Amino acid sequence: MKNHTLLSLMIAVSTLITGTDLLARTAIQNKGSDTLVNVAQAWAEAYQNVEPNVVIAVNGGGSGTGIAAMINGTVDIANASRKMKKREIEMAKGRGQDPMVHIVGYDALAVFLNQNNPIKTLTIAQLNDIYNRKGTARKWSDLGVSVPGCKSDQIVVVSRQNNSGTYAYFKKAVLGKKGKYRSGTLDMHGSKDVVDLVEKTPCAIGYSGLAYATDHINMACISKDGKTCVNPSVATASDGRYPIARPLFMYTNGEPMGEIKTYMEYVKSNVGQCTILDKGYASIRDVSCN
Amino acid sequence: MNRSISAPTQMPDNFDKRDLAWYLDMAVQVLVFVSGISAIIIIVGIFVYITKEGIVFLVGPLDLIEFFTTPYWEPSDEDAPEYGILALIAGTASVTGLAMIVAIPFSLGSAIFIGEFTSGRTREILKVVIELLAAIPSVVWGFIGLTIMNPLIIDVFDVPVGLTVLNGGIILGLMAAPIMTSIAEDALKAVPDRYREAAEALGATRWQVIYKVVLPAAKNGLLGAILLGVGRGFGETMAVLMATGHAVNTPGSIFDPVRALTATIAAELGETAIGSDHYGALFTIGIFLFLITFVINLSADLIVRGIRRS
Repeated sequence: MKNHTLLSLMIAVSTLITGTDLLARTAIQNKGSDTLVNVAQAWAEAYQNVEPNVVIAVNGGGSGTGIAAMINGTVDIANASRKMKKREIEMAKGRGQDPMVHIVGYDALAVFLNQNNPIKTLTIAQLNDIYNRKGTARKWSDLGVSVPGCKSDQIVVVSRQNNSGTYAYFKKAVLGKKGKYRSGTLDMHGSKDVVDLVEKTPCAIGYSGLAYATDHINMACISKDGKTCVNPSVATASDGRYPIARPLFMYTNGEPMGEIKTYMEYVKSNVGQCTILDKGYASIRDVSCN
Repeated sequence: MNRSISAPTQMPDNFDKRDLAWYLDMAVQVLVFVSGISAIIIIVGIFVYITKEGIVFLVGPLDLIEFFTTPYWEPSDEDAPEYGILALIAGTASVTGLAMIVAIPFSLGSAIFIGEFTSGRTREILKVVIELLAAIPSVVWGFIGLTIMNPLIIDVFDVPVGLTVLNGGIILGLMAAPIMTSIAEDALKAVPDRYREAAEALGATRWQVIYKVVLPAAKNGLLGAILLGVGRGFGETMAVLMATGHAVNTPGSIFDPVRALTATIAAELGETAIGSDHYGALFTIGIFLFLITFVINLSADLIVRGIRRS
């Protein structure tokens, strides 16, 4: 009998301990942009040391995923590499969410070419010719080059799935507001897949965040006017010289409060901005990191 | 029941009690009944569900002519979204068509071999192995398409990308072949032995028996097997998603990348806001796919049934 009392006491105490422990740990759900997922992960990990009682669960899947989750009310913070559309904000409001935008960094959108490709510079007009439905560049010889290893001469155009923020930004920046992608683009499901495919395919061209670049791939120097070109880099993205750089966003439901507010402050702090620089993106202001 | 009528007065007090066994019996009866009709409940439920989810699109921006006759699929465009599934239909149809070209000779050949030329142990082993082949998960097939077939096609045919109709068709053909083999073999087995004996008695060679007697007699069952393979091809998602390059494109040759209807749903559904037009459009594709596979499977079933009855 005595044993039993002791046992039940122990169970009660342990439940109490674990119970309070669970209560004390706050979980923040963070989901969205594939471009931001690595840096979001790094922030979440580093934040563990700052605030051990807050767990941040990071998921990728694309800006569309994060924004959809924000509209459906299933995340605390949505990562996005594009702004929410008017309709999306309306839908979110209809469901009782009030999305608030925060700029957390900048990203240069690199245009990737296979290492065999002799092209060094591309103008926005040439990119438009390749990617636009109305464009005329369908073969590499249309651009005046021949690519070793690409016998068919055909340009293999690599793009992203249509819910990606990268897809939407590239479309706006290169094809123009009314522009449409040509059909027959290979729509990859992640930035890394784009880089992988272009790396292996001599005929291919693709675009993705600069942070996904590897040593086995070329990046075109992008020119707006056809005279001078700018190489994609953190520095040129920060000072706005690189023509296809975009802000990266986090959305919260209304003005962030409590733990979410502290986390957003951390993300925008010098320490948080050094993390984003470290991952290959540009920071929102000048920070000195060691 | 009978007992209570014939001798009601002699019954012991506890005889009529609904004991555990009685309840068990009833429970099992109900369970068996519900399981029996569950397929109908589920299929009706699914149809109602996908229609309900697709309704925002069906009553709103759906333009049937645009939907079925334009090849541009750009549902996420803010100003002028385009919902044309012609290229996707062409993608699914081309991959399925090629898959059948691969799978039909394969499966008919192995069905004839198993059904007509083997017996005893060899036959049993072959049948088990073929069933095992049918059990390989489709994502594994997709992986084979992505990592083995892709570089192989690039090397052999000297094309820029290996994620093409050819890749998807071969993978899908290999996937569909086992189930087609099983059904075709059943159909061959259903041909009475006396047909074969009669033909042999007339002096026909083995090949003539198969070609002139068995195959024509099993015609309906074989057609059913092929149609089920077609249904499998239309409905397959993962392997096709991975092996075809996922490009909205009306293929001009087997070396063009394409995108299948199913793959479009799989790739985009998780990222659309519930209740948006895009979401509804994906469900509308779902309804379309559901109707197609329903018709294919139904006709396959009717054909197979037809042969059984005769």
